Parts: sequence; structure tokens; C-alpha cells
Amino acid sequence: MSTHKITTQQVNFKVFRFNADEDYLPYYENYDMEVTSEEVVLDILNRIKWDHDGSFSYRRSCRHGICGACAIKVNGRSTLACKESMNDMIKLFGNELTIEPLSKKRAIKDMIIDKADFWEKHDAVTPYLVADIDENPESENLISPEDAEKLDEADLCIQCGACHYACPAVEINEDFFGPAAFAAAYRFSADVRDNAASRLVDVNEEKQGVWDCVKCFECAEACPKEINPIGKITKLHQMAFQEGIAKNNVAVRHAVGFEKSIKKNGILDEGGLVLYSEGPAIVKHIPVAFRMFIKGKIVPPWGLTKSENLDEIQKLVKSSSTAKF
Amino acid sequence: MEKLKYALFTGCTAKQSTPEQMMSTMAVADKLGIELIELTEASCCGASHLQDYDDFLSVVLNARNIAYAEKHGLTMVTICNTCQLNSAMTKHRLDNDAELKARVNEKLAEVGLEYKGTSNVTHFLYAIIDDFGLDKLKEMVVTPLSQFNIAPFYGCHNIRPSELQNETHNSKENPYNPTSLDDLIIACGGKTVDYEQKNKCCGFHVELQAPHTAAVLTGNAIAGAMDGNADWMVTPCPLCHLKLDTQTAHASEAIGRDVELPVLHMQQMVGLALGCTPAELGLNHHLAKVDFV
Repeated sequence: MSTHKITTQQVNFKVFRFNADEDYLPYYENYDMEVTSEEVVLDILNRIKWDHDGSFSYRRSCRHGICGACAIKVNGRSTLACKESMNDMIKLFGNELTIEPLSKKRAIKDMIIDKADFWEKHDAVTPYLVADIDENPESENLISPEDAEKLDEADLCIQCGACHYACPAVEINEDFFGPAAFAAAYRFSADVRDNAASRLVDVNEEKQGVWDCVKCFECAEACPKEINPIGKITKLHQMAFQEGIAKNNVAVRHAVGFEKSIKKNGILDEGGLVLYSEGPAIVKHIPVAFRMFIKGKIVPPWGLTKSENLDEIQKLVKSSSTAKF
Repeated sequence: MEKLKYALFTGCTAKQSTPEQMMSTMAVADKLGIELIELTEASCCGASHLQDYDDFLSVVLNARNIAYAEKHGLTMVTICNTCQLNSAMTKHRLDNDAELKARVNEKLAEVGLEYKGTSNVTHFLYAIIDDFGLDKLKEMVVTPLSQFNIAPFYGCHNIRPSELQNETHNSKENPYNPTSLDDLIIACGGKTVDYEQKNKCCGFHVELQAPHTAAVLTGNAIAGAMDGNADWMVTPCPLCHLKLDTQTAHASEAIGRDVELPVLHMQQMVGLALGCTPAELGLNHHLAKVDFV
């Protein structure tokens, strides 16, 4: 017989409310509720609708963490409402919880957001296999378990949008594809059956591509399926070099420049790295660089520190390099 | 208590663009009686860019750095969030992938080194909190920072990915509500400022390739701290520091509002509370003038 005991706690919910058809600005409604240890966040959304305000709106469907419809934010943390235990939320944030949609600026009604940008970007990365497959196959077109491993669980994405709307680069640069689209791009580009040449080129374009990832790991933190989208972005970077499509631009040179700088001194030559990355465009940094120099923040080339045992580093750079540009 | 001793991985900026960070680290360690053995053999960690080009090389170089800490039999202490991330990520991968570890050690053997996995890698912030202890620090404060509202800026690479970061220290930070830096401010006698951007990105890593994105992130962070009535900001990351301290002109232009605040390294804040002089802490090396001391 189970000895599990159900407990209850008083929680104050501060809930984002907005109706794009009626409200000029969003507002927050407070609900004090007794919450049992068995409930998930979706139970709370349901109780707000059923017990307090029938107009409260949110998306829900499968109730099994697979449709991705109910993704929202609790205290700034993206979550699938149907999978997130209230107990864990209280443990993490205490008894004052703020419930918000994934993106406040894209809110249509309460938790419901306009995900058009998400789907447009998802569509833009050719999120399907491009392959010459026999139209009348005699057997399934299978891949080996080893090749399936290469997808690195990118195929588990449920398109909930949690990572996309947690990404600060998406928030600022409306062209940026974002972590979910990149994870989808990786999923198909890493598939041995795929031969879409344009996808990798598309995700390497400057205004939208992987090189504008700010490396904040918000996507890794937000993903309810633990897909680690930034890990896929890293792999897309690497594929650009492997496939020989990395462009000779500032972002690419910046990544390559680290190897060159490490080979030279072990620790970075910061000025040299910026010069290699920017090329002639380095002139735009002169005003700030001048102010930094005055404050003793720029070491002249003849004063640079080198790592001790630099020969070891140089030897390792030579013997361990696996990439070419 | 036995004297605390660590292998210090300074990272690159401490030797170049943030000399004040090196000075204040040594000054604070001295005051606290912490011995830091500098890993002068260490190379750059790759700053979360090298692995985009050459992942294996990045792992080999970071493994080499850690191997030197292991040779001393000491925990590696980092003073840069990104060094922390790259070192901890490398350690995690090597400790959980015997095949990768063997491949890396094959390379390290060429220079007479071996990565064993015996040294932990932790940021100086967590070494102070977990090992030294904030209660003890509090007792040592001679100049409480009680007249200041201080905005903590955590920096991504100390708090995310949380699963990895929380392997390296006991503070078990919640990336959506981090508290370590707030606790440190309070231990130094200051008042903490709560603001939306405290656990957000500063934009440093795309400053060259996406300057607008980078500038908006910096601008929003400083604006958030200013709106929270902060007198100054404090950060454990020299890369965040560079962004917040030196890029205010671009940031102001990008968000259409003049933003600037003094930004201190966490070591400088602790140093002030412990009675170090501004010169010892290198406060003259900042672009956003530190005019309150």
C-alpha cells in the first residue's frame, strides 16, 4: 500500500491577462488558491478558467507533453503546463508564482500567443528530408542505430516554442531563425538520407543564421524535452566548415581566429583577434579602443603575455586540429 | 580552518583588457588568506567560439589546462564565466565519455600530460561562498557598503546550463532566480537591486558579428539596473564587465537612451568591503568612472 501523502499549500498566482481585441495594455490578475502536491500547472490554468473566470484563455491538447500546445512561462521559466508539477514550481520559486505566455509581446489572449513567426522560421529551414527515394520501395528506407545517434535527439522536438521565445536574439533581430528552427535544420542535415544542399547555406546567411547566436544557453534551459538547441547550433557551425560552405565573414573569422591566436601566444592576443576577425572594418572600433588604451586596457603587441610551455600548446594545435577554413 | 588553496586559471582578459580584475583577485585572495597558484601554462579556453570551428581541439586545450591544475592537486578556480563554462563543459564531457577521454589523453601524452579528472573546476564566486563562507566574510568586512544600491549582473556562463553549472559548486543556483551574487552583496553590507535583466545576456559574444543585438542587450541591462535605482553594477564575469563598462555609447544609441553606471568586478566589490584601496583594486582602469570611492 502506498504511503504517499497528499499535501496542500496556499499559493498566490499573478496571472497575465490581455485581450488584443479589447485591452490597450495587459494587466495581471491575482488568484489565491490552495494547491495540492499532486497538481500540475495545467490543473491551475483549468481551475482559473472553471472556478474563477470562464474567459481565461490558454492552449492545451494532449495532456502528455507531446503536442507542445500548453507551453507558457512560470516566473520567467518556460514550461509545458501539462508536465510541470506544482510541487516543483513551489520548491523552485516559493508561493508567489507569476504565470505568463511564452511571449508577452505576441499575446493574443491571455496565454495564447501568435506563433506565426515561429512557424515561418521553422518552414524556412526546409524541415523535412530531401532525398531521392524510390517511389515504389520494396522495403523501408532505414538508417543504422549509429546514424540515428547522430541526430542527437533533435528529432524529439515538439515545436512548443519554449526555446524560440526564450531566445534574446530572436527578441531583438526579427530575421534570426532562432534555436528551434536551427534544431530542426540540424535534425535533417544530420540525417544520412538527406541531400538538401540549400538548408546549410540558409542557416549560414548573415541576417538570419546561426552566427548571431549570443551563446546565452537560454534555449538549453528552456527546452522541456532537453534537446539542448544550442548544442545543435554548435554542430551547425561545425558542419559549415566540414561542408566547406563557411563564408569568409567576421563571424566565421572570429571562430577561426581563436585557433590562430592560441597558436601564437597560448593566451589570446585580443587586439590581433579583433583585427583578424574584422579586417579593415576594425577602424570602427578605434574610438572605444582609444579610450580603453588610455585606461590601460589595451596591451601593445610587444607587451603581450605568452603562456608558459607555449611549445606544448603549439604542438597540440598542430596534432589535434580537425577543422579547415 | 586550513588555508584555502586553488589553482588559478586567469583567462585572457585578466592579462589584457581587464587588468583590474587580476589586481583585485589577488588583493582579495590576500585579504581572505586564500592562496592562488597561477596556472601560467594555461592557454585560452576558446571563449565559446573555438568549438564552433574545431570541437576536438577545444576539448584538448581545455583538458590540458585542467591537467595542470591536477598536477598541483588543486581545484581549478576560474575568474571568468566563459572560462568556467568551457572548462566545466570539458570536464563533464571527459568524465562521462571514456572514449573521448582516451582520444584526448593520446594527444596530451605527446606533451607529457594526462587528464585524470581529479580536479574540480569552480568559479571564484562559488569558492568564496561555498568554501570560505559568507558568514566569515561578513566578519571581515571593515567598510560595509551600506549606502549603496548594487545591481548584480550574473552573466550567462555561470548560471546556464544549470545542470552543468550546479555540478561544480554547492550553491545550486536557480538560473531564473539566482542568489549567489545577491548574497555576496548582502555579506558586503550592500543593498541588492532586483531587476529583470540580472540573469540575462550582455551580448558580448556577438559584439563583432551582430553589433545591434549586442548593443541592445547591453543597453537593456544597464537601463534595467538604472531603473532599479542602482548606484552601480557588479559582475563575476570580465566579459560582461567589458561589455557593460566599455560599450555604453553603442548601447545608448541602440536603445535610444543614455545609459551608464559604474560596473565593478565582484572581486573589486569584496575588496572595497574588506578595506582595499581603490588603487589596489584597479578602479582607475574603468571607462564608466567609479566616482563613489
